[in-house]
Amino acid sequence: MSPDDRIEVPADVLQFTDVSVTFATDDASPVGPAVDGVTLALRRGEIFGIVGESGSGKSTLANAVMGLLPGTATVTGSILVNGREVVGQDDAQLRSMRGDEVSMIFQDASASLDPTWPVGDQIAETIRAHRLIDRREAKARATALMTEVGIPDAADRYGDAPHRLSGGQRQRIVIAAALANDPQLLIADEPTTALDVTIQAQVLELIDRLRTVHGTTVLLISHDLGVIAQVCDRVGVMYGGVLLEVATARELFRAPKHPYTRALLAANPAGAPRGTRLPVIPAAWSIESLSEAELLAQAKEAER
Amino acid sequence: MSVQTQLERVAPITTPRARRRSSTRFLLGGGALLGVLAILAIAAPLLAPHDPEAVVVREVLGAPSFDHPFGSDVLGRDVLSRVLYGLRVSLLVSVSAVLVSTIIAVPLGLLAGYFGRWVDTTISRTLDMILVLPAMLLAITFIAILGPGSAVAALAIAVIYLPILARVMRSSTLIVTRNEFVVGARARGAGHLRVIVSHVAPNAMGPVIVQASVLSAFALQLEAGLSFLGLGTQPPTPSLGGMLSDGRDVLVQAPWVEIFPGLAIVVAVLAFTFLGEGLRRAFDPKGVAE
Repeated sequence: MSPDDRIEVPADVLQFTDVSVTFATDDASPVGPAVDGVTLALRRGEIFGIVGESGSGKSTLANAVMGLLPGTATVTGSILVNGREVVGQDDAQLRSMRGDEVSMIFQDASASLDPTWPVGDQIAETIRAHRLIDRREAKARATALMTEVGIPDAADRYGDAPHRLSGGQRQRIVIAAALANDPQLLIADEPTTALDVTIQAQVLELIDRLRTVHGTTVLLISHDLGVIAQVCDRVGVMYGGVLLEVATARELFRAPKHPYTRALLAANPAGAPRGTRLPVIPAAWSIESLSEAELLAQAKEAER
Repeated sequence: MSVQTQLERVAPITTPRARRRSSTRFLLGGGALLGVLAILAIAAPLLAPHDPEAVVVREVLGAPSFDHPFGSDVLGRDVLSRVLYGLRVSLLVSVSAVLVSTIIAVPLGLLAGYFGRWVDTTISRTLDMILVLPAMLLAITFIAILGPGSAVAALAIAVIYLPILARVMRSSTLIVTRNEFVVGARARGAGHLRVIVSHVAPNAMGPVIVQASVLSAFALQLEAGLSFLGLGTQPPTPSLGGMLSDGRDVLVQAPWVEIFPGLAIVVAVLAFTFLGEGLRRAFDPKGVAE
């Protein structure tokens, strides 16, 4: 049997090729792209972390995959999800992908659940958006998912409004909704930032476990190096819209190549000795102080 | 002195619970008042002691008596009966006008607020064109074209309030749309229509409901004003505004012809205003926090 006869399963679940995102501004002044020429491929089943400061373009990149950027954004390049192009697709095609093949969980679980809806119904809604099943079946599946993500008495909690759940439980609901249709790719945009440390660890553990059980590929976005170190297989460092460095988590933390990565790691409070001043990212490298040209120059330098 | 008793002396602050109680009071008061008025209006044919349009020459400008508790008017018609029937018309016109207006304004506001950009510009600028015209002038224009009558008055009122209600809906939609759960719903695969109908609308309806209830009070006054001018409900059908108009020449000799329909308007406006205030407080997020 020749390779052509098989149904081709692309090795990479998600592939960015020279992806740039630019936002149009009202006064037509030229602003730098929010994401600038990112090329990256995610292997099946891995947890890939993206670290970077606020404004480095991490979330923009994630939203570009989902096609959830505002109308003022222009995306160029190519984003392949399971070998299918996302850039330039119309909304109906993207919609069939969202919550099905690709799911996303957001930073603030309290805000990403509709306060007027029972939590269980919000999971069931995800299922019914993609599967032709009746209400009762969807409810049963949603309840099972709630149990899987560790909500006790799932059947009883199904009808609860989001405000009746704790922050950690709400994030679990969001994760359950994201996993409802067995997505191949899960994009987690700062999934633990709004949670306290204990709950944070539990949620990360949950994501890791679900990855193992369902074989989901995870794109984990965070500015928290501790989170990245804990669960990621590989890490990409973003800065000013540019992907500076990609390395395995172990490699990145042991031997960061790019000077910015070194500065970023040095600024991690967990690693700094007690009683000394915490190292900061040099002011010259702060995103606000950089001009477009300097950013590009630095990025080019990094590539060499 | 123990800490306990000291604490008890601290002046009470307005707690959410207290605020909620005050909203309940307004809601109950306004609702009950409106309920009574609605029952009176609906049951007018059963309750009215006389035919509201029956002219009895003998009883022209008769003072309130056992037979005519509110007296009788210039044509000897029973004022109580006419107030009951007039209330019927007034409530019907004001409520249906605001209802129609809301039903049209809500989707317009949702579309404008949700999609923004050219959709918003198109809808908002079109509605602004209505907004720049003075309400009474607009109503009179409608009546000049379509002829006077209750239905035309209701239509005119609906058009006048359309931009106000749509703007309220648009602004609350803008706020709700910025919530992450809207993006969240989209990320879970919901389409625009589903997001708008199931997620945005229920969360954005509060202010427009309050506004509609307050506008009902204004609509009632507007209808009375139009009828007073002879542009609304046409005689011989009794209307509160029309009765005020009839009685103004005999204000000194027979004040009851004027007082009772006037009181009916005041009570109805109060009922709508209380209801609106109660709803406003109930929807106020600071008041409903647990």
